[in-house]
Amino acid sequence: MSMVEDAKATVQGALQTVMKTAVALAPDNWIPGGIPDPIMRQQHGSIGKALSRIDGPLKVGGTAPFAAEFALEGMVYAAVAFSTIAKGRIATIDTAAAEASPGVVLVMTYKNAPRMEKVPLFGSSPKAAGGADLTIMQDPSVHWNGQPIAVVLAETQEQADHAKTLIHVTYDEDPATLSFADAKAAGTDQGMFMGEPLHAEIGKAEEALAAAPHKVDAAYLTPRHNHNAIELHAATIAWDGDALRVHDASQLVAHTAWSLSKVFGIAEDQVRVSSPFVGGGFGGKCLWDHQVLGAAAAKLAGRPVRIMLSREGVYRVVGGRTLTEQRVAIGADASGKFTALIHTGITAMTSHNAMPEPFILPTMSVYGADSFLLDVRVTHIDMLANTFMRAPGESVGTFALESAVDELAAAMGIDPIELKLINEPDKDPLMGLPFSQRDVEKAYRDGAERFGWTDRPKTPGSRREGEWLIGMGVATATYPYHRMSGGAARITLTRDGHATVDIAAHEMGMGTATAHTQVTADRLGLPIEQVVFRYGDTIFPGVVLAGGSQQTASIGASVIEAHKALVTELLKLAGNDSPLAGLKPDEVGCFDAGLAALEDDGRHESYASILSRAQRDELVVEAAAPPPLELQHWSMHSHGAVFVEARVNAVTGEVRVPRMLGSFDCGRILNPKTGRSQFRGGMIMGLGLALMEETEFDERNGRIMNPSLSDYHVPVHLDVPEIDVIWTDIPDPHSPMGARGIGEIGITGVAAAVANAVFNATGKRVRDLPITLDKLL
Amino acid sequence: MNFNINGETHQLEVDLRTSLLDLLRDHLGLTGSKKGCNQGACGACTVLVEGERINACLALAVQYQDRAIVTVEGLGGEPLHPLQQAFIDHDGFQCGYCTPGQLCSAVAMAEEVRRGLPSFVTADLSSDVMTLDHDELRERMSGNLCRCGAYNGIVDAIAETYAKEPA
Repeated sequence: MSMVEDAKATVQGALQTVMKTAVALAPDNWIPGGIPDPIMRQQHGSIGKALSRIDGPLKVGGTAPFAAEFALEGMVYAAVAFSTIAKGRIATIDTAAAEASPGVVLVMTYKNAPRMEKVPLFGSSPKAAGGADLTIMQDPSVHWNGQPIAVVLAETQEQADHAKTLIHVTYDEDPATLSFADAKAAGTDQGMFMGEPLHAEIGKAEEALAAAPHKVDAAYLTPRHNHNAIELHAATIAWDGDALRVHDASQLVAHTAWSLSKVFGIAEDQVRVSSPFVGGGFGGKCLWDHQVLGAAAAKLAGRPVRIMLSREGVYRVVGGRTLTEQRVAIGADASGKFTALIHTGITAMTSHNAMPEPFILPTMSVYGADSFLLDVRVTHIDMLANTFMRAPGESVGTFALESAVDELAAAMGIDPIELKLINEPDKDPLMGLPFSQRDVEKAYRDGAERFGWTDRPKTPGSRREGEWLIGMGVATATYPYHRMSGGAARITLTRDGHATVDIAAHEMGMGTATAHTQVTADRLGLPIEQVVFRYGDTIFPGVVLAGGSQQTASIGASVIEAHKALVTELLKLAGNDSPLAGLKPDEVGCFDAGLAALEDDGRHESYASILSRAQRDELVVEAAAPPPLELQHWSMHSHGAVFVEARVNAVTGEVRVPRMLGSFDCGRILNPKTGRSQFRGGMIMGLGLALMEETEFDERNGRIMNPSLSDYHVPVHLDVPEIDVIWTDIPDPHSPMGARGIGEIGITGVAAAVANAVFNATGKRVRDLPITLDKLL
Repeated sequence: MNFNINGETHQLEVDLRTSLLDLLRDHLGLTGSKKGCNQGACGACTVLVEGERINACLALAVQYQDRAIVTVEGLGGEPLHPLQQAFIDHDGFQCGYCTPGQLCSAVAMAEEVRRGLPSFVTADLSSDVMTLDHDELRERMSGNLCRCGAYNGIVDAIAETYAKEPA
């Protein structure tokens, strides 16, 4: 870095610090959410009702169209061949036999692929979506075992799949770093996340730990994981001149369109990406090589392309969660108050991606302590770029943190719930910011009572029924409130009193379309039948990532602004002949399909009447959400208490979980039916994380060894008990609708709760996920 | 080749390598049956052949000429099959991708129970009468994966639809 750049970076850093301090100290009403969302005043609307999914009939009827279900005229099918070495170069690639195979349209390799720029790496600019900072099929270099090296297009899938097997490749191999031990020996770097070092220190934690009368200090290991959405990654792609049309399975359509425009050197508005239904995402349905290769092959062939990865292909091309090796050490005084909280460790990534698994995130806000040492180091392995998977950081970080807290409670002879509540902070422990809303204690007390926590065996290994040892465990779930910049929405109101909201958001099963139909209905004072929520298409406004549990907040903040604009416009149209004459936008609300004075609901005029008198068929407004300054003004986090009963077979070591309860403090729940499903789904993925999930990586050759749903085990029906879910339903006064996103918190805490229950059942502490039976024999 | 799908006859020639699933999805436009693994591990492609459930991804289309095949598109319509409605009522899905397979699988599973076929968790293998209790239901549905984790709702929907009927 030059001196000038150095100086620039210093100035920018100083400005950022000044800005942050200014935002933290600003009056509440200058900040988004400083004036509570007026929708929170409504008590009898649609929000909070257990409405069934509005897309239910399409989904149970099999008529909801997914990415691979758009048939285009003249479409050809793709099959992808993968490298079998981890690092080096393609020496020779013979595609003649494949090209001569019946039905084959073309074989694309680095030799004939269109010239393409790199996909901008996620985080490098607001709409960058790339999983890795690498060019795709532009040269003979190989960066991971499983990298796409050729794409076959044929008239049918069968022809493409067969021809792919006829490609012959030889490689010049380079030495690769494949084992975690070798990678660590080669050195580690500071982990960086969203532009900030994953590092925090308050006081002298190591010294405080050494001096503490009570302490635990242990290492915890978590393996690689894959998202394993049941829908295979797929795209149906067509070019019309320089215009690119992508039917994708995506949780970031706007990012994908912008990134593809950079890859192909075309204007952003020449790319249209839509994704009306996504068959599960969990962080995995982003922009990976297959959409780029499909678009490139479609360009080369001059025909539309359907590319659907095989299940093996998903493991080869779409990154998963990487492994972690964590240390948690806690020092406590005689009363149990934490004097030192240390959470450090190492995670593996590649030299060409930007995603260190940020496992210290939960420890940055869950407990108070006199001193902190938090640090993530990264080391580099020659593998497929890892990425975010449901609750990156918190999912595996809470396993280590909440196992350690349980170990300390056991060592001190304190109930773990009491130990947690003793250390409940009264403000953000690192930032010092006030909490926007936080009632961890209520979540614990309500959960403990409902679960029957007092019945927990006091001595580990003391309860047995036949061959089965029985125990209970508990752990804290936590995930922050996020809202990212870029949200925007359009509202169209028609004279017949129907409203349509358009926003480039996503429905992957979270219930987005249903919940935001409810929210919009309440906001506009309309019955839900008169509201349509349209999403999942770049023809709609907004840059809305379905990730970081931020989509609800992003949509909410966008629609709040669009709604303000709508009210302003309606008042202008209403004019002086209206009962509303003279009222300002903040003096009216939306009730009974029209506007009314907040102070006098007799002063009301319907939308139909306003638009009719103005001789307008419809009114269209569009607005952008304000920057998410609330995140720097309050400490905004959701929490939960996860209770688990575990049964461990004393003979075979099998673990069964017959009971689970999640008690959550996540702000207002917009739809209890879909909300409960999201919590349960997260907890079930947490059960998989605890007991069975592991992407097995062959450290000899860098190849994933279990790239199938037969060999990578996810929870099935019989693994999953009836899961009880309750929530505090206390609105967050500073978030849109009083809600905080709930897509990810469900997975957090569960692995620790299971491990703690297994300890309570058996007296054996497993610190190495997954908790398979061999570790209990 | 003749195929009988949802009561309709389709005449077409396909590559002998074509799976029943690809026949449905790519050649007949019946995309309700889903591809989640193409190797018989996830159950998303489950369809009914003369009332029995099979993984359509593991079946060659040519083997199923002139057999009565029912896919999710043929389960109900207006009105929905009671199980489809129960899935909506109990939120037995999130993304909806495994749903067609869960539905077809459950329809055939209920019939297996009615016929007295035992499962892995059946205590008395010689009994002619099976009860669709919580464990039996979950065991018998364990070939249908749901990554969103809608299992509780699926079980509730199936139980409401079938468990009350006499076995």
